[in-house]
Amino acid sequence: MSRTTVPVTITVDGTRYTDEVEPRTLLVHYLREQVGKVGTVVGCDTSNCGACTVHLDGRSVKSCNVLAVQADGSEITTVEGLEKDGVLHPVQQAFHDCHGLQCGYCTPGMIMQSIDLLNENPDPSEEEIRSGLEGNLCRCTGYHNIVKAVQQAAGGAR
Amino acid sequence: MIPAQFEYAAPTTVEEAVRLLAEAGDEAKILAGGQSLLPVLRMRLNAPEMVIDLGRIEALRGVRDDGDAIVVGAMTTHADVHADPLVREHAALVTEAVSHLADPQVRHRGTFGGALAHADPAGDLGAPALALGATFTMVGPHGSRTVEGEDFFEDLFTTALAEDEILTEIRIPKHTGWGAHYEKFVRVAHQWPIVAVAAAVRAEGGTIAEARVGLTNMGSVPLRARAVEDALVGKPATAEAVAEAAALAADGTQPPSDLNGDADYRRHLATVLTRRAVLAAAGA
Ligand SMILES: Cc1cc2nc3c(=O)[nH]c(=O)nc-3n(C[C@H](O)[C@H](O)[C@H](O)COP(=O)(O)OP(=O)(O)OC[C@H]3O[C@@H](n4cnc5c(N)ncnc54)[C@H](O)[C@@H]3O)c2cc1C
Ligand code: FES
Ligand code: FES
Repeated sequence: MSRTTVPVTITVDGTRYTDEVEPRTLLVHYLREQVGKVGTVVGCDTSNCGACTVHLDGRSVKSCNVLAVQADGSEITTVEGLEKDGVLHPVQQAFHDCHGLQCGYCTPGMIMQSIDLLNENPDPSEEEIRSGLEGNLCRCTGYHNIVKAVQQAAGGAR
Repeated sequence: MIPAQFEYAAPTTVEEAVRLLAEAGDEAKILAGGQSLLPVLRMRLNAPEMVIDLGRIEALRGVRDDGDAIVVGAMTTHADVHADPLVREHAALVTEAVSHLADPQVRHRGTFGGALAHADPAGDLGAPALALGATFTMVGPHGSRTVEGEDFFEDLFTTALAEDEILTEIRIPKHTGWGAHYEKFVRVAHQWPIVAVAAAVRAEGGTIAEARVGLTNMGSVPLRARAVEDALVGKPATAEAVAEAAALAADGTQPPSDLNGDADYRRHLATVLTRRAVLAAAGA
């Protein structure tokens, strides 16, 4: 059977890319290896950790559990697309201010999921923040300062 | 790991998808939201020659009103089912259950039909669908057919879907005004239940007029606890009366034993969770 690549057109952080991909290529590998968006990381092999979270047409997804071909025609935002003119996104700034990270490996996913959470619910309770981040695992912080960062960002948005 | 190589097709109509599936035979696999299939392909537990993606078929998305029932398109995402006002009004048990399924990212991709077709005995949508008397419509090369929940779920990860059929829609009879609750018992966040109970109750005053109870992970398929349902009719929505009926929840079940708990533990859980679910559904 012939093994072919297929063309995809995907907008990543505001720039349109047209590329050839193998159908089996995972979105996270496309982003990292073909587009060079290495800010999005892989933390597990089971779609549990959430480190690879990006926004696909405005909603958070685990990019290790989406094929690049499924994203054909879509818009992706990665953690690299958040900063505007040298100014951090309010959620990035809040993670910085509240020490919402230690090793930082979970942080790209945490930030992308926190933004999705705040888009859905601009004024979440602590409980809602914790359940909204249940698909993102952190081995360092014990989550406490991550929750604080989301609370600060929510306050800033008001 | 990454999946083995496969050919990929993204049809835009059900007819085209059925034709592609018939041509490829058992070499092909249907892709819905990919939230169960892609992990399987990445672990190389399965390596189809061809993947047929239903994601571009608009007709399979969304929820519509159909008189005495609502109809959920197989490709409606968990997040869209959760947000849907028709589902909330007429099948609140589904709204409840889907809010406990996986995590937000998975709910943005995974689909109602995909989860039901996957038929994981620990999956959260089988029991509520069964309890509400949902029927399942599938389309193949010889046309379409519809089966009841009891006939749809055949065994572990096995449904009435033939290899050349696609699940297109799920019809759920309206349970307008019924109270609903999904009681899910887990050890860790965003995971499948050890046991869960789906309960819908129509109360009149303080009395239970009708009840529907579904069990998750109490056997190889979702189950309906009919003995509990019957015992609840006409009873007051009090802790004692409900506990008495809930004690029947595990009768006739054959729950699995695994690292999360043995069968006896699950039988005990079923009675406790049934009591909690029914009381919450009755608003007591
Ligand atoms: C981290 C994580 C946590 C999860 N936690 C839970 C949980 O707590 N509870 C729970 O219930 N589930 C959980 N899931 C699974 C989730 O519910 C999946 O979304 C669902 O099981 C599959 O739906 P899908 O649309 O992604 O289907 P896919 O993964 O695309 O497909 C699943 C299977 O069904 C077949 N199929 C799909 N659609 C059709 C169709 N229309 N016709 C015929 N065959 C079809 C496919 O060929 C495949 O075999 C979790 C998944 C992940 C990754
Ligand atoms: S790398 Fe995607 S969830 Fe862990
Ligand atoms: S900061 Fe290290 S995993 Fe979260």
